[in-house]
Amino acid sequence: MKKTIAGTEIDVNEEGYLADATQWNEAIAAAIATEEGIGALTDAHMKVVIYLREQQAKGASLTIRSMGKSGVVTTKELYDLFPGGPLKKSSKIAGIPKPVGCI
Amino acid sequence: MIKHLLILGGGTAGTIMANNLRRRLPASDWHMTVVDRSDKHLYQPGLLFLPFGKYEESDIIRKTCDFIPEGVTFTQAEVDQIIPENHEVTIKGGSTLKYDLLIIATGCRTAPEETAGMLGPKWRVNVHDFYTLDGSRALREKLKSFTGGRVVVHINEMPIKCPVAPLEFTFLADTFFREQGVRDKVTLTYVTPLSGAFTKPKASKKLGHLLGDKGIELVTDFVVEKVDQENNKLVCFDGREVPYDLLITTPTNMGDEAVRRSALGDDLDFIATQKHTLQSVEYKDVFIIGDATNLPASKAGSVAHFESETLADNILLHIAGKPLKEEFDGHSNCFIESGNGKALLIDFNYEYEPHEGPFPFPFGPMRLLEESRVNHWGKLAFRHIYWNVLLRGWPLPGISRQKKKPADA
Repeated sequence: MKKTIAGTEIDVNEEGYLADATQWNEAIAAAIATEEGIGALTDAHMKVVIYLREQQAKGASLTIRSMGKSGVVTTKELYDLFPGGPLKKSSKIAGIPKPVGCI
Repeated sequence: MIKHLLILGGGTAGTIMANNLRRRLPASDWHMTVVDRSDKHLYQPGLLFLPFGKYEESDIIRKTCDFIPEGVTFTQAEVDQIIPENHEVTIKGGSTLKYDLLIIATGCRTAPEETAGMLGPKWRVNVHDFYTLDGSRALREKLKSFTGGRVVVHINEMPIKCPVAPLEFTFLADTFFREQGVRDKVTLTYVTPLSGAFTKPKASKKLGHLLGDKGIELVTDFVVEKVDQENNKLVCFDGREVPYDLLITTPTNMGDEAVRRSALGDDLDFIATQKHTLQSVEYKDVFIIGDATNLPASKAGSVAHFESETLADNILLHIAGKPLKEEFDGHSNCFIESGNGKALLIDFNYEYEPHEGPFPFPFGPMRLLEESRVNHWGKLAFRHIYWNVLLRGWPLPGISRQKKKPADA
């Protein structure tokens, strides 16, 4: 489905995750962050977001564990930056697919 | 000169490959060996039922060598390192096995040591697991004398083997406590690091009511920082706490320690595998199957079975010097016990999420994503299919390696 975020019409899935990571930009990230109740994105947030996009582009599967061991952020910091679902919210803001479960 | 196909691991995937390929590779050209540390083959889905007294150990354990076909050497040994550059595998104790082709089917293991406090003094006192034979056995004893309190079923982190098993355990526990006449003295809580008990939209919509109906409390997005054994509670990184009297945890799952010793895996010791061919990303004479891969498919016996059909074809193509089939689609199929003698059945792959419809034939007899007694009988009957058909490397009637496209897709 289509959604207008930060003045740009983009493709999202039913949960609001970007369908196409290449449509992402920082203004979109900021708008999603506000929607998700994260507030203004700081450098610390953006460091995580950029890392997530890089890893996703490489085809790596992203987990809280891999984030915690990435050297970019500790697990505790990730929770402080993106309270209420650190990987889900950071992935949404980064414009990459939702981390996968099973069913 | 006679060549050597070496299979590491004699579990579900390794055993299927040994049976399938021994039929297809001429004995005059290929010698085959299976190496495993254990001489016992465990029917792992049975570990779910053992704690409730529904199965006995004799139902779920067989001799490994009874399932290794004639013409394949079985070696009980502990692999030390895999050295693909030299086409060799070293064995603890000093010997070395050379190979021309290697299949790594070393599976995954639980790693409770990965979580702070999990292996404290109350491990297997009131902190239990059911993913190992020892754990399942200890839990059975615990449940026999459990008269009430806060029971917490917990997933530590993903991915885990048989991802729905902890949820099934919760449903079966609800039934068990009812049968024992103590359900009113027990609170049941399901704690998951994911955003829901079911995370795919169709399954969530269809099945989301199951927990509430059974009076099971759900705690989501809970990533455990530590198990506080002194105060009997789980502590989340965000500060939330879940107290328990009996914790049934699913520890972090990791690949085999030999993978780590060989520096072949990722941060969980799973091996980089091409998702449609099952060839190693790095080494062309190495193939990986089952739980040992890093594929975004479920870690489950059904997946290993579907993979085995593609992998066997690809091994033959590889030997013939032809391009490999880009065929494996992440197909997974599993029964989900929902308690009260009923079960659900789901079928999905990399592309299609679990959906509704008849299975495996257009007329059924089973229905996907619906609770029924037929599905439960299917799950129980599957143990016989496992020993007699699946491990022998035969296809399952009506169930193809690639998922059939759902009707509404």
